[in-house]
Amino acid sequence: MSVDDETPTLGHRANTAAATDGVRPRTEAAEPIAAAGDRPEPQTGPLWIVRDSWVEATRHLRVVPRNPELLIYATIQPIMFVLLFVYVFGGAIEVPGFENYDQFLIPGVFAQSIVFGSAFTSIGIAEDMQKGYIDRLRSLPMSRSAVLIGRTVSDLVRNVITFLVMLVVAFAVGFRFEGTFAEALAATALLLLFSYALSWIQALIGLSVGSVEAANSAGFIWMFPFTFISSAFVDPSQMPDWLEPIARNNPFTVATDAARALYNGLPVGTDAMVTLGWSIGITSVFAALSIRKFASSTVA
Amino acid sequence: MPIEPNPDIAVEAHGLVKRFGNNLAVDGVNLEVPRGAIYGLLGPNGAGKTTTVRLLTTLLRPDAGTATIDGIDIAREPARVRARLGLTGQYAAVEERLTAMENLQMIGRLYRIDAGDVRTRARELLERFDLVDAVDRVVKGYSGGMRRRLDIAMSLIAQPSVLFLDEPTTGLDPRSRLAMWELIEELETDGTTVLLTTQYLDEADRLAERIVVIDTGRVIAQGSSDELKDQIGGDRLSVTIARAENAGRAIDALRPLCRSGVDVDPVGDGRHLTASISAGDRVVPSAIRALDDAGVDVLDVEVRRPTLDDVFLTLTGKRADDDGEEFA
Repeated sequence: MSVDDETPTLGHRANTAAATDGVRPRTEAAEPIAAAGDRPEPQTGPLWIVRDSWVEATRHLRVVPRNPELLIYATIQPIMFVLLFVYVFGGAIEVPGFENYDQFLIPGVFAQSIVFGSAFTSIGIAEDMQKGYIDRLRSLPMSRSAVLIGRTVSDLVRNVITFLVMLVVAFAVGFRFEGTFAEALAATALLLLFSYALSWIQALIGLSVGSVEAANSAGFIWMFPFTFISSAFVDPSQMPDWLEPIARNNPFTVATDAARALYNGLPVGTDAMVTLGWSIGITSVFAALSIRKFASSTVA
Repeated sequence: MPIEPNPDIAVEAHGLVKRFGNNLAVDGVNLEVPRGAIYGLLGPNGAGKTTTVRLLTTLLRPDAGTATIDGIDIAREPARVRARLGLTGQYAAVEERLTAMENLQMIGRLYRIDAGDVRTRARELLERFDLVDAVDRVVKGYSGGMRRRLDIAMSLIAQPSVLFLDEPTTGLDPRSRLAMWELIEELETDGTTVLLTTQYLDEADRLAERIVVIDTGRVIAQGSSDELKDQIGGDRLSVTIARAENAGRAIDALRPLCRSGVDVDPVGDGRHLTASISAGDRVVPSAIRALDDAGVDVLDVEVRRPTLDDVFLTLTGKRADDDGEEFA
């Protein structure tokens, strides 16, 4: 028989003793919170976007030296592509205008790898969404666009690192800059810029799909036709008639041709400007769409 | 409609509505949380608790209704609102590749706090949340309880006026849960206003000075834990008798002592009787005497305060831990 005016089914008093090795009881008094009125107004403006974007970019970049294996995984594929294409197809494929297939092929592998690098953006954003991190950032008085700018910029930096590793391997198998160093630099910058533009498409994908797994497929799957139906590995004139015009008008072909001409010291024609145009166009449209989507996104 | 801001009210909501397709997730929620109070939003899964929090923290736009944080309209000046709130969502939103200190510094900088102040405040919080030993370890190796503590510390880095805790102990083991409760209780001494959601009755009972019971997007009751318990009528007398066939005689014997009818517990085997009574301390001897006089063998007589489970059952006709439809 028990008479008890407490609430035995809740019984928290009895349990309190068991918490001694949880959080240690605090003795010092806590600082009082700021009163309701005296809080700085949240700042806006371009400088704050840059500052917030940088904070967010460093979140991703700080972890790079700590997890070198991630970079290694990211570089294995491009290295493998350089080696496979050079040694497997190198002897068998001939392209008009190039004596040495390597000089034709390696800029194509560069272009493809750099563009593949943009897929990390969708995976990263999907992961942040899934873990509720995006919600946390959206609840802060930070710039809305900074979350996405920080992410895309950090992915660009990672892409540069991957590229440098790939470049070393390419030189090892005999690739050379046939033009000036400035031309090679311009070629690389053009490819990175193009990839940066695509990472805004990836940002929208990352915000739209519900999970990392979905982002992994949705971010990567279109990259294959996008980069293979192009001038990256063969000249489009060697493709079936129906495919050739698709390949020729693929913006990826234009970017690859521009970079290839610059790496080889050949006349680049309008390709560089057209690539620039595509990059700016894709960035403007997809950055606007992504940022709008971000502001209204919710975890599924 | 302009609302005159009341400095003593930290969170105020009028007729908040949020619809997802045909699903009315929040259906006219009214709330008023005084400054410095800990309020609990209690309801089963899918009741609309999380959606309410997401509306109040500017993550979702309400389809109708208005709400203010510190008198600032959430829809008109969301950026100012964000500077005043801390949000800890249902999943520990920590960057697991960074250390605790780095996590705190990053969020502090995004709250636009001076770097020096962030460091000082971060050290204080790490000390208080018992994370000092782990300060330079990346979060990946933390236990669930540690992650959750860091998560709340991150929400407190800017000394928010209002802290929203969405199911702060879901998924924690009993010990971490108890530790978390102690942390939340300490927030009250800081003067931080806390609105927490929970589907655990014991959690709301322990932490919240006022409980807002929410079901299918509506506030169905509110009050202190005691007030809610009183709503379903005083203390509960529960009697277990030896043989079910004596239940009728037991009911007759007990009826004069009770405020209302005596029920046979529907889930038992017919040997458990419950009734609501007003004067808990004197009923037990009389009940035993009455049952003895009636020739009923008694195994157990107990008087208890109704639990929030009883309250929920009375208000909604279902238990609080029944899984409802999930929408967030």
